Parts: sequence; C-alpha cells; structure tokens
Amino acid sequence: MHHRPAAARRPTGPVPLLLLLALALTGCGQDRYPQTALQPLSDFARIGDHIQDQTFYWALGVFILVEGALLYAIFRFRGRPDDPEPAQIHGNTTIEIIWTLIPALILAAIAVPTVKGIFETGMTPSGQLLKIEVIGHQWWWEFRYPEYNLTTANELHIPTGRTVELLQHSNDVVHSFWPPRIAGKRDVFPGRQTRLWFKADSAGLFPGQCAEFCGIQHARMAFQVRASSPEEFDAWVAHMRTLGPRPAAGAQAGDSLKTASAGGTVQGPQAPAQADTARPAADPEYAKGEQLFRAKGCIGCHSLQAVDAPHGLIGPNLANVGAREYIAAGWLKNTDENLEHWIREPQSLKKGVLMPNLGVTADEAKALRAYLRAHK
Amino acid sequence: MATTVLGHEQTLPAHGAKTGLWSWITTVDHKRIGILYGATAFFFFLLGGLEALLIRIQLAKPDNNFLSPEAYNQLFTMHGTSMIFLAIMPLSAMFFNFMIPLQIGARDVAFPRLNAFSYWVFLLGGLYLNVSWLFGAAPDAGWFGYANLTSKQFSPGLNVDFWVIGLQILGVSSLAAAVNFFTTVLNLRAPGMRLMWMPIFTWMSFITQILLLLAFPVITVALILLMFDRFFGTGFYVPAAGGDPLLWQHLFWIFGHPEVYILILPAFGIISEVLPVFSRKPLFGYAAMVFSGIFIAFLGFGVWSHHMFATGMGPIADTYFSLATMLIAIPTGVKIFNWLGTIWGGSLQYKTPLYFALGFIAMFIIGGLSGVMHASPPADLQQTDTYFIVAHFHYVMFGGSIFGLTAGAYYWWPKIFGRMLDEGLGKLHFWLMLIGFNLTFFPMHIVGLLGMPRRTYTYPAALGFDTLNLVETVGAFILMVAFLVFIYNVIKTTRGPRNAPADPWNGATLEWSIPSPPPEWNFGQTPQVHSRDPLWETKRARGGPLPEPSPGTGAGIHIPNPSYWPVVSAIGVTAIFASLMMAHKTGYWGVIVAVSILFFGLYNWLFEKGYSEFTTEH
Amino acid sequence: MSDHAPALETSTGLDSRKLAIWTFIGSECLFFATLISNYLVHKQQWLTGPGPFPHEVWTDPATGKVLEPIIEIPLVTVGTALLLFSSLFIVLALYGAQKGRRGMLLGWLGATILCGLFFVGMQVYEFTHFVHKGLTLQRNMFGASFFVLTGFHGTHVTIGVIWLITMFILALRKQLPSTRSLNLEIAALYWHFVDVVWVVIFPVVYLIK
Repeated sequence: MHHRPAAARRPTGPVPLLLLLALALTGCGQDRYPQTALQPLSDFARIGDHIQDQTFYWALGVFILVEGALLYAIFRFRGRPDDPEPAQIHGNTTIEIIWTLIPALILAAIAVPTVKGIFETGMTPSGQLLKIEVIGHQWWWEFRYPEYNLTTANELHIPTGRTVELLQHSNDVVHSFWPPRIAGKRDVFPGRQTRLWFKADSAGLFPGQCAEFCGIQHARMAFQVRASSPEEFDAWVAHMRTLGPRPAAGAQAGDSLKTASAGGTVQGPQAPAQADTARPAADPEYAKGEQLFRAKGCIGCHSLQAVDAPHGLIGPNLANVGAREYIAAGWLKNTDENLEHWIREPQSLKKGVLMPNLGVTADEAKALRAYLRAHK
Repeated sequence: MATTVLGHEQTLPAHGAKTGLWSWITTVDHKRIGILYGATAFFFFLLGGLEALLIRIQLAKPDNNFLSPEAYNQLFTMHGTSMIFLAIMPLSAMFFNFMIPLQIGARDVAFPRLNAFSYWVFLLGGLYLNVSWLFGAAPDAGWFGYANLTSKQFSPGLNVDFWVIGLQILGVSSLAAAVNFFTTVLNLRAPGMRLMWMPIFTWMSFITQILLLLAFPVITVALILLMFDRFFGTGFYVPAAGGDPLLWQHLFWIFGHPEVYILILPAFGIISEVLPVFSRKPLFGYAAMVFSGIFIAFLGFGVWSHHMFATGMGPIADTYFSLATMLIAIPTGVKIFNWLGTIWGGSLQYKTPLYFALGFIAMFIIGGLSGVMHASPPADLQQTDTYFIVAHFHYVMFGGSIFGLTAGAYYWWPKIFGRMLDEGLGKLHFWLMLIGFNLTFFPMHIVGLLGMPRRTYTYPAALGFDTLNLVETVGAFILMVAFLVFIYNVIKTTRGPRNAPADPWNGATLEWSIPSPPPEWNFGQTPQVHSRDPLWETKRARGGPLPEPSPGTGAGIHIPNPSYWPVVSAIGVTAIFASLMMAHKTGYWGVIVAVSILFFGLYNWLFEKGYSEFTTEH
Repeated sequence: MSDHAPALETSTGLDSRKLAIWTFIGSECLFFATLISNYLVHKQQWLTGPGPFPHEVWTDPATGKVLEPIIEIPLVTVGTALLLFSSLFIVLALYGAQKGRRGMLLGWLGATILCGLFFVGMQVYEFTHFVHKGLTLQRNMFGASFFVLTGFHGTHVTIGVIWLITMFILALRKQLPSTRSLNLEIAALYWHFVDVVWVVIFPVVYLIK
C-alpha cells in the first residue's frame, strides 16, 4: 500500500521560522537585552563579533544549501514499494572531491580572519593602559585600581575612550569574567593571572556575570560595568580617593590621604571611613548604624575604605555601596528594602553565601541601611 | 558450507534455564546482554529526562524558587553525567552487543563472559552514581567537574566522591567492552568478509572501540589524581600545594573530546545503514565514509583545548586548536554529503526509521554548523559557557545521537524482539520529538548570545531571557509526550503477536538473513561473504526475496554456557571502589574484602570447570 | 584460561585471547603515558616547594636544615636489571612450556617470579625509606607524582607476580602442557609490558635530572 508522505513532511519545518525570529531578535534593542553579546560596545568585543557575523553568514549559506538539498531530495525521491530498483550508484569521485574541497575553502575563508582576530585579541595593545585588577571570590567580584590605590566591588567603573587592561586572578576556585557588551569572557584562576583588555566606546551601565560554574551561587555572581566619560571617571576617582582611613585626631583630612598614599597599608579590622561628603552627624540612625557595623561584626569581613583597603577580606568592599545600582553581587536592586532584607537575612536571598544571618532585627537593619546608604 | 559436528564435543544440555530471572543474571548471550543494556540505559535515559524536566520547570520563569540552588546544581550535574555515561553510551552498547556479531556472521562476541561482566559493572556503576541521591549528596560540580571546585576544600561533601568513584566503575565497564568488541570485529568475521566489506555500522562501532581504548585511560588518570587529592591529601589540582586546576582541564578534555566522537560515531553508523535500505540503493561513497570516520577519530585527539579558549592559553595554542577544529569539519561534511548522495536518486520508503534518519541529518547539520562557529576563539569568547554551547551539544547529542539511536531502535526492533513497532505511533513519536526538540533547544542559541550563561539555577527578569526560557520549557514537555508515545508503542507492540519476518525492510546485511528474533546460535551455518551488502547480492542472484529462514535446531552447535562469575566479579569491582570511597572513614578492611571478592570471582571465572567459551564453527 | 582451547579460525589468524591482551596493553600504554606526562609536568615545581627532592639538595629557609637528595641509584639499578632479566627468563620459561619441557618451564618461571618479588620488595623498601626521610604523598609535588606513578607501576608488577605464581602452580600440577602454552604466552606479554613501562620510568624518574 502506497504511503503518501504527509505534505508537511518537512523535518526542518519549525527551524527556518525560528531562525528568522533569531535574526529579528538580534536587531532588537539592547534595553530589552542589557547583557546581549550581539551589540558590542568596545573594540575588543567588535573583533569577536565581526568574526562571529562572518562565520554565521557562511553557516547560514551552508545551512540553506544543504538543508535545501535535503528537503528537495525528501520530496523529489519519494518512492513506492513497487517502484523499480533505482540506479545502484556507489559513489562519484569527482563530486566527492568537489564537496571535500569546497568546505575546505570555506573554512580557509573563516580561518584567515580567525587567526588575525586571535592575535589581535591575544596581544595587549600598547599605550596608556588603565590597569585594573579583577579578583574573583565566591560569589562576588573585587576590583582594584593600582594606579589610584582604590578598591571597590561588584561595580567596575571605567572611562570610555581609554584602553583598560584587566589583570585577573581568583581567591578560591575558577571563575570567568564576562561583560558581554564590552568583551568576551576570560577565565579567572587561583594561582595564575589572566588578562583581558578593551576600550569601551559608549557610556552606560552594562551587566555581566561569572561564566564558569563556581559553586552554589554561581548564578548570582553578577557585576555591572559602569562606563562613563573620561571627565566623569576622573571625578569618580577623585571622590573615591576621599574614602580613606580615619585621620588621626587633630589632623586635616588631607594629611591622612598623604599618609595613605605614602604607602602605609592598614592591617586588621578597619576604622570606618570619613568621607568629605557631609555626614549627617545629627542623624541618629547613622550613628546607630555606625555602632552596629562594629558590634555585629560586619567590620571583620567588609572594609569601608576605598583607599589602602586590605587584601583578602571575605566580603566586598563597601566604601561606595550606597551608590551602587545593585547589591549582593550585581543582581539585586539597591533599594532600601532590599538592602535591609540583605542585611537581615542574606541566606534567604542567596543561600550558601559566606555572609551569615547575624540576627539583625528590623530596626537594626534600618540603621545599618542608613549608615551604608550614606557611603556613596 | 556443510554443517560439521566436532565429534568429541557433546551438545551440552539446556544451558541452565532459558527463562526466568536467573537465566538473565547468568546469561552470556550477546543478544540478551544487548537487551539488558538497552532496558537499563533507557531507564537511566528517562531518569536523565526527568532531571531535565525539573531543570526546565525551574528555568521557566525568572527568579524562580521551585528548586533550591543545591538541588538544581545536583540535577544539572546528574542530567549531563547520566545522559552521557548511562544513556547514550550504553544505548550504543545495546546495538554493539546485539548487532555486531550478527552483522559479521558470528555466533557471539569473542569473550561472552567478559561481555556479561561489562554489563553488570555498568549497571552497578549507574546505580552507584544514583544512590548518591539517597544520601542527599548527588554530584554537583558539573559533568566535567572542574578543579579546584572539586577539591576537598571547596566540595567537602560526598557529592564529588560519588562522581569520581561512579565514573571509575563505569570506566572499567567501557574498557572491558572495548577490548571485547575490538577483538570481535577483528577476529570473528565470517569467511570472505574483508574489512572494507564490513557493514558500516560495524566499522563505525569498531572505530568507537579504539577511541574508548585510548581515551578512557586518560580520564582514569585524571580521576585518580583527583581521588588522591580528596582522599590522601595530595595537591595535583590545588594551587596552594603547587598544583594546577588547568591540569584537570587538559586531562579531562583529552578524554572529553574523543568522548563526544564515541557518542556520535555509532549513530553515524546506524544512519549509514538505515539510509541505503530505505533508499534502496547502496551507501554513497563507502570508502570515504570509512576513512572520514577514521580521520575524525584520529583528529579528535588533537583538538581538546577548543574547550579552553577562554583560559588564555596564548595566541599560538589558540591558533593551532582553532585550525585543527575547523579541519574536523571537513570529514564531517563529507559524511553529510555522502548521506545526501545516498538518498539522491533513490526510491525513498517512508517508514519510521527513515524519518528519524532524515531528522538526524537535518538536526546534525545545525549542530555541526554551530560547532564551526565555536571553532573561532574570538567569537567563542562570547559563546563558551553560555546557552549557545548548550544548544550546540544538544543538537549533536540529541538531534544527532538520540535521533540516530531511535532510528536504530525502530529499524532493528523486529530483529531483536520479533515484532514490528507500530508505524503510525512511530511517526507521531517522530513529529513530537522533532517539534519538541527544536522548540526546546533552538531558542538556546539565541538566549545564549543574549547573555545567559550556563549552569545557572535562575536568572533575573531584567535581562530579557524570560520568554525564550518559557518556550524551551514547553518544548521539553512536548519531548516528554514524545517519549510517552514511544513507551506506549513498545507496550502495545509487546502485547501483540511475535510475527515479524526475518527481513521486513529488504535489508542488505547479514542480520536480516536469520529469523526474527534470532535463535540462540544466530546462524545455522556460518555465512560465506562475497561482497559488501551481502544480502542484497544474494537476493539479486536469486532474482527476488529470500524465503523465510527456519530457525533450525542448533544440533551440533555449541554455545557458551551461562555463568554467574561475571556477576560476582562485577560486584567485586564495585565493592573495591565503594570501599575506597568509604575507606578514609571506615578503614581499609573493606577494600581487602572487596579485593578478595574480585579475586574469588576472577579465579572461578578463569577456572570454571567444564567451561568452553568458544562457539564451534559451522 | 578455559579447559579447552579449540583451534578456531580467526579472521586475523591470531588467537582472540592474544589479540585481547595486546589491545589491553595498547590501552594501558595511554594510562602510563598520562601518568608519566603528569610526572614530567610537575618536575617544574620541585624546586619551589618543601624538599626532599630526587637529585637536589634542599635547604629549609625557615630552619636552615639541609636535606640530601633522596634517590638511591644503586639499589634501584639492581632492581631494574633484575626486572629486565626476568623478561629474558620468562621467554625461556615460555620456550620450555611450548616444548613440553616442564623442568625448564618451572625453573625459568620460578626465576622470573623471584625477580618480580625482589623488584616489588625493593619498591616497598624504597617507599618506606622515603617516608622515613620525610618524603610522603602530601609533602610536595615530586612526592605526589612519584608515589602515584611508581605506585601504580608497582601495583601492575604485583598483579603480574600473582598471575605468574598462579601459572607456576598450574605448571606444578601438570596443568600447563604445551597445548595450553598460550596461557603462559599471554601472561608473558603482560609481563614484558610491565617491564617496558619500567624501562621508560627508570630513566625519566631516576636518571634524568
């Protein structure tokens, strides 16, 4: 009995449609897809994106041709059981050579820009680089600016128009630093240094994530890259440099900075920073928060000074936490409510995080939040 | 060839019971062992599928809390580990077991008891891995367990121990089977069957055995070093002790890349059998298919660091591995074109096996093309460790291997079980699987490039991954329905009569010349082979189809006796590894007992009284 | 080692068991190649961590204590020579088995076993000696790599010795006639392999600085 193949006998039916959908989506706004890799905003990211475009179009061409041939054959050569035996062809040397050579040529066409791109991305450009140290921790990111003696966490501030070189290592397991709009990823290892460079061309806030499974909260090890104009970046640096250690009694604020920049690093638990922004000393919540920050032990894991911050602390630097867009490593919106919730019960928001629930009451959380909010 | 009886051999009486649990436990018949592999593997496949469904439920919406992070991390680890080691590999082994001896005209494999041993070790290894769930400590560091997350410091629980030990046990199974099938293919071919006349499935399976033999020792060492780090305090992967996590990555992927060819070559072989039969013309370019398979396998050992482009190996290493990876695309492309050449100009018979074979080609093309996209490091720096990669490997492993294995199941089901699976249900299965598969995995290409990393138990709403993830979850449930249809088909068929003919598809190869299912001794007389596609040649010479073969009595044919020593030895092997895992808590007496069990089993196996392993000729 | 070994025609002409042991040996080559590579990779780290080391003097920076190089070449060379000779002995034993000369078989097989036992004993002594001198698995990367590599090799030798003792007992009980000499040949192939691996390990670990 002749089996009529269904008219819809297209094994690739849904695929072309989805492909078109894909093409449509890639053009769609970066606002809907803030972490997209398809809208590069740096020279480094554009190198990879350009190669990816090329390979994609070759792949698309091959796809259309080969799947097209398959579809054609499926319809053209459908047979009945009582058909005569078709010609028993065992091969065709000429055709086989051709279809071995053509893919080889296509691959050669892809290989040339690939090798070029490998060397371009693999060699750090010369010039006035802004070197930033990236240190991966379970499950947050530390950023250090040796040029300015600054430390911050989870929000990487960079200038546009200047090449940044990231010098990366991990404090514990293997992580991977991935800011898709700005650069492809680079793994972050304990015991060795890896590098990543880029020059961002537009200002904005661009999310990124850890991209190497690193334990229970790998999914919540995000960060933000804040790119701003060179002037704004310099202003930020200047501001951050005021977030130093507490000056000695009677000294000017400027003196303490000189002491710090003379190279003395402060070890051990830190005194809270004295920023030059006016602390609302009259605000009782602030004072209560300041006291709780020590009493609850926060000070053992977190530093509040951006300048001369100690190395190897378990928790992120909080010198400018009040101003960050997100907390808990780049994914939780930095609202008062969220910050208080985090302070009270980090385990309920990010189970397994190294910050324990410290038995902070709702009122205490309010005070601590006010205190931290003032650290911008 | 006349049937000769070796005068001094007695035809041994019924070799133990033919039915019942004990006959299955002591069987050394490659056909029964094949069925055991298939049933066990399918069970683990369903388990892996359940793990996937749970993952998809969690990812259906952002910031979901259906699963805790620990549960999720265990589920994705076990899903990957199960699908690779407990599903695809043993499903391939089902076909190696059942079909290789039949395709080469042999009565059994070279070492039937070793064959049984391999199965029991596989079963025990799979159970061992999954027993970890009962301890609430299923492996949770990913299927490729990167150091130094797997060190004692960062994974203090039993999870990684279960993973290391489970994989070591499974390695023993694979290695034993590889020695067995390698020897079988080389040594037990019917007279006249030269290597270049072997069925292409046997060829691809033969190459797979070589890959197993060469790749598994490397992961064995990698796991031994990890075991020593975790149990005995060495520092091979511990930076503070002078070790290097990157060593693990190299060792693992030197195994891991050949492993993916181990996973796909058998499916390549199956497709290369199905397409000619259902196009009614020979495989296009048989020699090219053989040599491209060999080339892929050989080259597959030289590309491992394409999994490591993000580690900063430097431009020279990156360039070498990138170019080598692109090179592999060439023989792979050759195969795809040869398959097209096979169906081109044919008379396509649209039965279920052909549907799955064509689906395989369509899906594998996509998987192969995304693979070429990864071959370029600057582009791969965005793609690696994202859902773009997850899409790629599911297209080749599911769209490739699973579609291929399913084609094999429908194709060879009548030979194995004597029943034809229902065609209507088979086609429904196909469409549901094709649609469900593409709905689940195609969007992953997109969502990966939109910034979604892999192995994340959740994602925030603000990143725009929601809709695509929901679509993927819907697709996964459609896949579930597809497999329910298959299960229903199997049950319905099994309840029906066992009336499949010997040669339902007009096959080309020797397995179709004997009854469905075959008698215990396979061939009444050892076939003489005069060409490739021997059965087509015979039918052509005869001018038409062959009469239904009679099963025969098997008189004068000696079959290897059943034996329980393989089971005992398998228990010994598992016990050694299990007691090693517990040794640093309970002391080493357990290991000594386990070694004794193994020696006891092996000794009795080797000196089994009155045992003759080998089947008689003719 | 079945009771009957019917002369089956095989497609290659090789007995399947012989083909199988060669295949297994091929796989084991990769196993030892990986272990040896691992050892070579960690050679770099010798001079940074705590001693003792194979060929170097090491001074503890904290205490000023000086540790001598730990390897004792003479003993290991004797063990190596005996292992190499044992390969010759087993060839002679196999010849005896194939010719049905039971006395020759027993004599040379016994000699092989004695060499194997000496080698294993030498390794046990060496390991114990090293541990007493402060080199353990955990001490430094050299210790870890050394013990894992030579330990696994030693395990393979031990299994070989047990195998050969079993063959010896079979021969004693007249259960190893010339028709079953293949069984000894297979054991001999394994034994040669274990020897060849040592031929690589010995210079790599003990001789090359």
